[in-house]
Amino acid sequence: MNNHLLFDFTVDKAAKTVFITREFDAELDLVWDAFTKAEILDQWGAPAPMRCQTKYMNFEVGGRRFYAMIGPDGQERWSVQEFTSITPKTNFKMYNAFADKDQNRELPGSEWDYNFSEQNGITTVSITIFNESFERMEKLLEGFRIGFTMTLTNLENLLVTLSQK
Amino acid sequence: MKQDIFQAISDPTRRAILALIATQALTPNAMAHQFDMSRQAVSKHIKVLHECELIKPEQLGREIYYHFNARKMQEFDNWLAQFRKTWETQFNQLDQVLLTMKKNKK
Repeated sequence: MNNHLLFDFTVDKAAKTVFITREFDAELDLVWDAFTKAEILDQWGAPAPMRCQTKYMNFEVGGRRFYAMIGPDGQERWSVQEFTSITPKTNFKMYNAFADKDQNRELPGSEWDYNFSEQNGITTVSITIFNESFERMEKLLEGFRIGFTMTLTNLENLLVTLSQK
Repeated sequence: MKQDIFQAISDPTRRAILALIATQALTPNAMAHQFDMSRQAVSKHIKVLHECELIKPEQLGREIYYHFNARKMQEFDNWLAQFRKTWETQFNQLDQVLLTMKKNKK
């Protein structure tokens, strides 16, 4: 499904930077909302079987999103995103860092730069992630790895549920 | 203390050392000569590369030869492939969310 949509993932190890580009079969307004509104982010922002829960989100420059990735075993991993620049429906930048449940950040974090553009009803999102350290990226994956083997089964379940709506 | 592999390969000299020993194991003296660096400077780089297991020492007689550890680099690549996979999963989820949003909008 959606095999015609571009997905590009490259890593410049030396520059400690990850580049991700993905096309979506939807207009820019919807895709922008899906990346910038908490209630929509929570529906897709963690790879199944993990889920993501936003405690609060102030999408404005200097504002923050405080959220948790929750594993199938109920284990929570908190992060704070701080929005550093917003150009509506074009670009936003944020600084992402792991945190404890009281919002104390573990620095250094990583810098994220999102770009959005639409052509013929297809919206392209380009993400650049700059990491201070590889250890940090490794940690990011550790969080994801919980129940990773279950991912495909859960994704199938999700698709069934969604298609029944 | 385990060394950060990203830090290890972000240095141009260390990348050059890796490229060099990927084809042939070398002693620290040979590396110093090759790069026109002091033994101390080479030792520092070797320490970093060794600590993150990108190179392996081998004692041959009185000399220590350093080899490129291709397996470690492979592990690193495998790890990145998994990272890519998590993104793929999330984006497939987002496709479904967008589909629902489109339906609801109509």
